[in-house]
Amino acid sequence: MTILGNDILRKEAWNKVDGTAKYNIDEDVKSILHAKMLTSTYAHAEILSVDVTEALKEEGVKSILTGKDCNLLFGDFIDDRPSLATDRVRYYGEPVALVVADCEQTAHRAVNMIRVDYRKLPAVNSVSDALKEGAPLIHENLMSYNLKSKYVYPQRNSNIFHVVKIRKGDMNAGWNKSKVVVEGSFRLPQADHAAMEVRNARAEILSDGTVIINTSTQAPFNIKENLSKYFKIDEGKIVVHTPLVGGAFGGKAAVYLEILAYLASRSVGGRPVKVSDSREEDICSAPCKMGLEAKIKLGADDSGIIKAAEMTFLIDGGAYSTISCRLAKAIAVDCSGPYNIDNLQCDCLGVYTNHTYSTSFRGFSHAEHAFCMERMMDKLALKLGLDPLEIRSRNAVSTGHSSPTQVKITRSNTGDLTACIEKLKTIIDWDEGNKIELGNGKVRTKGVGCFWKTSDSPTDAASGVLLTFNSDGSININCGVVEIGSGSKTVLAQIIAERLKMPLSKINVSMNVNTQTSPLHWKTVASMSTYMAGNAALRAADDLIMQLKTAGASIIKCSTEALDVADMRVYLKEDPAIYVHFRDIVHGIKDTNGNATQGHIFGRGSYIMSRLTELAQETGTGKAGSSWTLGAQAVEIEFDRTDYTYRFVRAAAVIDMGRTLNPKTAKGLIMGGMNMGLGLGSREEFLYGEDGVMKSTSFRTYKMMRYGENPEYIVDFVETPDLSAPFGARGMAEHGIIGIPGALGNAISLAVDTDIDMLPSTPEYIWNKVRSLK
Amino acid sequence: MIKISDTSIIELDVNGEKRKVVAEPSDTLLYTLRTELNLTGAKPGCENGDCGACTVIVDGWSVKSCIVLTVEMIGHKITTIEGLKNAPIQKAFVEKWGFQCGFCTSGFIMVCHALAEQHPEADEYVTEEWLQSNLCRCTSYQEIKEAVTSILHP
Repeated sequence: MTILGNDILRKEAWNKVDGTAKYNIDEDVKSILHAKMLTSTYAHAEILSVDVTEALKEEGVKSILTGKDCNLLFGDFIDDRPSLATDRVRYYGEPVALVVADCEQTAHRAVNMIRVDYRKLPAVNSVSDALKEGAPLIHENLMSYNLKSKYVYPQRNSNIFHVVKIRKGDMNAGWNKSKVVVEGSFRLPQADHAAMEVRNARAEILSDGTVIINTSTQAPFNIKENLSKYFKIDEGKIVVHTPLVGGAFGGKAAVYLEILAYLASRSVGGRPVKVSDSREEDICSAPCKMGLEAKIKLGADDSGIIKAAEMTFLIDGGAYSTISCRLAKAIAVDCSGPYNIDNLQCDCLGVYTNHTYSTSFRGFSHAEHAFCMERMMDKLALKLGLDPLEIRSRNAVSTGHSSPTQVKITRSNTGDLTACIEKLKTIIDWDEGNKIELGNGKVRTKGVGCFWKTSDSPTDAASGVLLTFNSDGSININCGVVEIGSGSKTVLAQIIAERLKMPLSKINVSMNVNTQTSPLHWKTVASMSTYMAGNAALRAADDLIMQLKTAGASIIKCSTEALDVADMRVYLKEDPAIYVHFRDIVHGIKDTNGNATQGHIFGRGSYIMSRLTELAQETGTGKAGSSWTLGAQAVEIEFDRTDYTYRFVRAAAVIDMGRTLNPKTAKGLIMGGMNMGLGLGSREEFLYGEDGVMKSTSFRTYKMMRYGENPEYIVDFVETPDLSAPFGARGMAEHGIIGIPGALGNAISLAVDTDIDMLPSTPEYIWNKVRSLK
Repeated sequence: MIKISDTSIIELDVNGEKRKVVAEPSDTLLYTLRTELNLTGAKPGCENGDCGACTVIVDGWSVKSCIVLTVEMIGHKITTIEGLKNAPIQKAFVEKWGFQCGFCTSGFIMVCHALAEQHPEADEYVTEEWLQSNLCRCTSYQEIKEAVTSILHP
């Protein structure tokens, strides 16, 4: 049986159906202390005083931390965020104090006894408000903050913390060649990751100074580095453990509760302390999906070929910048969508507001960007009377083109969008028409959306794999990839098994990451685990093969070139009946007298991103990712014109996977992404009151897709290998989400003959929009 | 009538075993299962009855253990995911790729199992009514539908 390309069950599958799979939140130490946050009740206010006197008297309370106990500022690119608010709160739900107590209940009680005096300040409630003349400055000291990168450009006396510019080609020439011009304005709200396991962390400081962190994270190594840097602890004295993670979607890539857990433990002499979000805190206190406002103007010739594009994107980064600088960059880098645009101007601004701060979210700003761009493509098609898929085909990126940041496009680094579109037409029955009247006020429409996405990783993102043998010749994989549900670790086992031509059952994977023993893996983000750790795994397997052949050659008495490896044996190519089994060599070679030689065999493989660059400040020229993954998607709805409700009928995706290593797992990831995309498109949003106070703080007010509301999902693949990837396989874990909100927007716009350019497209919003135009 | 007004030792019938637990009147069943009995298969997802990750079976019916009190459970038969052994729905979830991160899985499996016991002939409508009680953020629900359909209508 070939191991690649088959539906291989995830290694931990059976443990996830009998309750034995353990997540960070499941490990409970009886003697552990519990920490609970007090959070801000205002979106923007000055803190006049925090009185903890009464709370401290509560029996069982061990310590109470406020902003004064840690005057450091944290951040990914700009150090702008306190661990606990000091003189000011900048969003509703911001942590203000932390109670450490002997049990959860006591901590809760004490939190309610803390008295905070606030002086309310005007709240900046949208990015456009943040940019108005005279808008309150959310970070008055922005220009004095420590910048962790020289490629971040905060703007003086403004709420703009970062600007990315793309300048490509000649705009005048582009507009001159354009026969038609379309314009659009878009607004998308912030939203929640809603991973089912809330963010939670434990910390303990041993007598020798070792800091032990247990946390549900996508970035254990990043936590180690950050704690080391900010608190001046030797990196080797910090050990971060991460077991299975109960969903992440980008929301657990930020360093968040780990800092509070460390501070809490430090305040009680190093005793173990657990801090966990409540669901409400996980929604409004923890970082969320960004919001976006955008303006796009496209010019095209008669045949629909885009000649010029001008775009502005304003990212609602919320109260603190964290990773939003890179979210801005990610939009800029891929701002054309998977289309060739020779003359292009794009400004992407990261903007502070008094909203919950934003972080990475599945798709890394691409779903938001694609909603805007794919709506634009439909506007253009409508104006020219062209078929929506035809106009996308005509503009599809291909060899010889260049990306917005002027990276040369090849088949290997992008794939084949036209092939994806052709396949999509078949599976969604495009030729039957994209608008079919059903009578009774009902209409069935289909909308499409294409996408591309590159990794936007740091230029030096790295990964590693270590392989050890058991005495029976079976293998243990040790790598720093976190199992967040994507099945990456199983795919790594497939890669090793394939390379060593041995049974998958003989490859064991540790689901836990321990930063003290696992080789560095940048972060489990950007759909890059299989790409990076997969490349490292191949090198580790090759390292094993070389050593196995050397050991085999000494027994078989031949050259290593005469040998090959398969079925846990090193054998003579010319006569496979002559072989040595792994078990006889992997833990040393013993002769009949017991004399041992050679030692244990273990494999090492490492990988680092190569030839990536930062972007030039004025033009954006540079290379942000190794390659892209692209695809085409469609959503079919049945719309009821009598009450503006709609039902999802079908949703389809065709993605150029490069190579599909595990089809069923891959389809699951894509369908899951599509389902999330329909949620964002139809209902998910953070609702803020006029005072910036969040209203959607529970799963009753923050609505998500539920069982049975989903359409029939159809997923198919195109396979244009990425020559730099393991077996050609492109990143794909996020990508199912990207084109869906746009495809849905297009289907709804078609159903009501009105531009639906805001999300989420609730019946109420559509009704208002249609009514406003009558 | 049993009156419990302070921290007490009570007996619960969990997975066919009589287990003594220390409980306060305000403790939820979820809290007791996880902290007293180390049965962590039932998960805290929202602790507000919205997500169903904490679902267990009480006297044959699926119940969200975050919104029942432990003391209410005296005299009732509680089954948690740890008490399911080779139930068809467990295998179905594995075979149909009915989960990714797995955090909501115990809850979904318990709802499906109770549904199969109470309504072995459940149609699509009834199944939806039951399963809309739970949230899954990873899958598309299509996989879960295939899993539950495979045991209801093999």
